[in-house]
Amino acid sequence: MSELQSSRVVPETATVEIEDSIIEVENLNLHYGDAQALYDIRMQIPKRQVMAFIGPSGCGKSTLLRCLNRLNDLIESVRISGTVKVGGDDIYASDYDVIELRQRIGMVFQKSNPFPKSIYENVAYGLRITGESRRPVLDEAVERSLKAAALWEEVKDRLKDNSLGLSGGQQQRLCIARALAVEPEVILMDEPCSALDPIATGRVEETIASLKEHYTIVIVTHNLQQASRVSTHTAFFYLGRLVEVDGTERMFTNPRLKQTEDYVTGRFG
Amino acid sequence: MVERRFEHQLDDLKEELLKMGGAVEESIAQSVHALVERDDALIGVVIDGGKKIDEWEVFIEEECLKLLATQQPVARDLRLIATMIKINKDLERINDEAVNIVQRAQVLNTMPLLKPLIDIPRMAQLAQGMLKDALDAFVNRDVNLARDVCKRDEQLDLLRDQIFRELLTYLQDKSAADTVDRAIYLILVSRHLERIGDNTSNVAENVVYMVEGRIVRHQKAEWWEAEEKKGEQDSTYSGKRSDE
Repeated sequence: MSELQSSRVVPETATVEIEDSIIEVENLNLHYGDAQALYDIRMQIPKRQVMAFIGPSGCGKSTLLRCLNRLNDLIESVRISGTVKVGGDDIYASDYDVIELRQRIGMVFQKSNPFPKSIYENVAYGLRITGESRRPVLDEAVERSLKAAALWEEVKDRLKDNSLGLSGGQQQRLCIARALAVEPEVILMDEPCSALDPIATGRVEETIASLKEHYTIVIVTHNLQQASRVSTHTAFFYLGRLVEVDGTERMFTNPRLKQTEDYVTGRFG
Repeated sequence: MVERRFEHQLDDLKEELLKMGGAVEESIAQSVHALVERDDALIGVVIDGGKKIDEWEVFIEEECLKLLATQQPVARDLRLIATMIKINKDLERINDEAVNIVQRAQVLNTMPLLKPLIDIPRMAQLAQGMLKDALDAFVNRDVNLARDVCKRDEQLDLLRDQIFRELLTYLQDKSAADTVDRAIYLILVSRHLERIGDNTSNVAENVVYMVEGRIVRHQKAEWWEAEEKKGEQDSTYSGKRSDE
């Protein structure tokens, strides 16, 4: 990292080197119209780990998450500078295929949003739109994905039922299964449990823990206990800046910066 | 910044622990006084005080556990509560040693003085000073003072060895068989005081953990000295923050 020569006050940051990273964000700045939402973000997302983004509302954590699969492109007034590399490829390069990106990086949203179709078709959907129609391939993908999302046992006898008949927690795990079906490298989760009760939350958290063997997970959460339970790494954001990144255990026992400590102990936020 | 009820609960608990610490300091002083001044009246005072401190210890531990269960503390708060649980236990053990000392005094005071007591009061003074400073280090989050306390523990060990060597001569003297029990009791007293020093070092080590988040148990005095030098040289020393 280059030394900052500028005389303006640069807020204190503390980061650690990530050895095996899958995503590298460099000097990322994002404006919504005149308002700057992200300032000079530099960070790495570790491969096959769970990275939690925490910080008070409006700190930029969801905005950054959406930069990682270019969901912000859909918002007209957004200007983005800097680079985001996934597996070494610059995803903001003009010739980069966004369809391919969305396949490499899946997303699960705050509110579960299954299609009003059968459970089976929800999971098979991603493959169908890429032109896959062979039944055995789809069957295999549906079973594998539902198993990975820890939903298979609960739904295997009613795959033809409408997905909207599932409970909230099951719907959210169905959305995870749907994201998994296209075999992404990374899954982004934006507050995936905020609409769920504690038991359903527990199941989703268990699912997240088991997914990290094969996938990289980036999760935005307001629930600090959830971040401390499910993640291996935690990044704290404040007012559009990355403040501190470290192993989750360190972040919740002995963070380097006072600002982080004040946030995780509930002194502000 | 939000005023939190949790913060008040932590402050109250800290104060409670310090009050208990004060009582334990007092009880060390009284136990040695009972022995050196052959003051039997203090023996009962220390023993009764010991029972009160046992209850105090249970109370503080229960309060700490309640806060762990209801507040799920992290970072600084977690380290503070973990530290209080440990210091609480250390203080209770220190007090047990003071009770042990008066139990020796109870017997020794019925017999003629074996020799003028010089090193035992020195040990007591040292131990008390260490405990006072360890508790001050806890209140003020003063890592340097905590390190100094840990270093001083070595002096207590040396004095204990010195007392042992001196009293060994009584034990080896065949013509003075009637001095054996007194010599052994005094050796035991020096052992109790040395244990007070060990437990006080634990208090100080826990303070280092509370402030810096590093576990620094099982170290010798030389290590503490090296730490101190490191601390002086490097102002950005781990755990220290510019705003503290």
